[in-house]
Amino acid sequence: MTAITVPSAAPTAVRRPSFVWAVKDTLAVAGRNLITLVRLPQLLVFATIQPIIFVLLFRYVFGGAIVIPGLQVPYVDYLMPGIFVQTVAFGAVNTAIGLAEDLHKGLIERFRSLPMARSAVMAGRTIADLVRDVFVVTLMCIVGVLVGWRIHTNAIAFIGGMLVLLLFAFALAWVFGFIGLSVGEPEAAQAASFPILAILTFASSAFVSPETMPGWLQWFAEHQPLSITVDAVRACLIGGPTATKVLQSIAWSVGIIAVFAPLAVRKYRRVG
Amino acid sequence: MASSAPSAGPAIVVEGLRKQFDEVVALDGIDLEVEPGTVLGLLGPNGAGKTTCVHILTTILRPDGGRAAVLGIDVARAPEQVRERIGLAGQYAAVDENLTGRENLRLIARLTHQPKEVVGARADELLERFRLSDAADRTARTYSGGMRRRLDLAAALVHRPPVLFLDEPTTGLDPSGRNDLWGVIEELSGQGTTVLLTTQYLEEADRLADQIVVIDHGRVIARGTATELKAGLGATIVEIAIADDRAAQRAGHVLEMVGPTNLNGHTVEVKVEGGGRDVLEVVRVLDREGIFPDTLLVREPTLDDVFLSLTGHKAEEVSA
Repeated sequence: MTAITVPSAAPTAVRRPSFVWAVKDTLAVAGRNLITLVRLPQLLVFATIQPIIFVLLFRYVFGGAIVIPGLQVPYVDYLMPGIFVQTVAFGAVNTAIGLAEDLHKGLIERFRSLPMARSAVMAGRTIADLVRDVFVVTLMCIVGVLVGWRIHTNAIAFIGGMLVLLLFAFALAWVFGFIGLSVGEPEAAQAASFPILAILTFASSAFVSPETMPGWLQWFAEHQPLSITVDAVRACLIGGPTATKVLQSIAWSVGIIAVFAPLAVRKYRRVG
Repeated sequence: MASSAPSAGPAIVVEGLRKQFDEVVALDGIDLEVEPGTVLGLLGPNGAGKTTCVHILTTILRPDGGRAAVLGIDVARAPEQVRERIGLAGQYAAVDENLTGRENLRLIARLTHQPKEVVGARADELLERFRLSDAADRTARTYSGGMRRRLDLAAALVHRPPVLFLDEPTTGLDPSGRNDLWGVIEELSGQGTTVLLTTQYLEEADRLADQIVVIDHGRVIARGTATELKAGLGATIVEIAIADDRAAQRAGHVLEMVGPTNLNGHTVEVKVEGGGRDVLEVVRVLDREGIFPDTLLVREPTLDDVFLSLTGHKAEEVSA
């Protein structure tokens, strides 16, 4: 046998504490996912068409027929917070589809053979999707203003409401990231996500008051996390008692992340 | 840490490796060793357990039993250290289609923790080496199958891993793409990289591998050099198609005097050791017996022949 010197390790890798690398790896993955967004702007366009149709439908078609008991402001001001939450909720489907695609195409396999942080693929994806949500929600704000939406509070309350909204979006991204890795096929990810989102957005306070629903449904529609977030954002934009609803929404979002982030990372480590 | 390098001993060691997926036993006690700087070809049909073996060695899967070590590091006990030392090019070209070739390589360079100042240079170097410089700033979506495979292999080399795993690296490539990739693998091996590659093609293992391990149903059924394996098979196969059933059966009988025969429908296969002389003898025997073949084909043994001789069944029947 010929004598060959064995290169013992990749010679050039930089050594740093692992949490530093976890952050750097996450940013690298997030950057990769954001490039896709820039390169395929049609994804962003499609992400806004559906909510715009909903704004037009509820503002001009159904709006006149919807009565919200005790509402002191125009219906469009009640509607827009619901639209915002629905927009980020349906946006979370992209997290599921994106990860299912990565898995399907063998990218997850490659990432798992690299000396990178185990959490970075999931965290990078959810953070990139959060950045996308900021763009889409900004667009929806402009659309809202065009159809007569007005804020009844102040800038601080508005920003607070948007932060509550984005925290909820981030929490949903982890849930749907977990779903995407679990089903493993982009089409299946879409199919699995839709019924969950349909129930969450329509059996909710997003478009109508749960008071008008039958008793059993009303209880669900009032207490499920999407409704609570809609109520919190609505309180921030319309006014009235705000603190309890905001805290409830934050508690839901933090709780969802605490459960689904470890589940999703665990799934990532074992999938395939 | 990186400095705990074992200087002697095999680069890859696998002992009694077992893996089961629900009811299916994927690996049923595999043993193999790969010497540093050599190429091992893991040969077997679909479903033989090749990919499972690669997945365990690259820390993607955990073994159920047995032991696997890369450069002396146990893959189950210290997977992080193993990942720093290996490159993997999987069965699919695992590149991000929405990134350019250059962006794909830069991403992998960042994720393998290369110093910032060398990331760009390393990407350029690999693009040049894999003849992707002209396409470097086009998205990988626009690449041909061969270009994607080259980019995928380049990505596996970004951090200069001393041990490289290639899972069916040329499946789906056209002959020129395949030749291309073979050249690259030979070059890497020539520079001291240890390579474990899986393949379904005896020709590929023959060309690239110093040692071949044949697996079937998760077990090793043969090992040796390509020459050793083929010696057990007969160097050449004469394939004779005869439309008439009875004539085909008779041909099978009379040709036993030249070499072992196998009758498969209307086709008689004869394994001959003596090269051209034996091929002529086959023709002479047929002529003497008054059997006239529809077609007559002389070829090198294939994986099917290895399987037929080792297991008594054809490779594709295993995978079905």
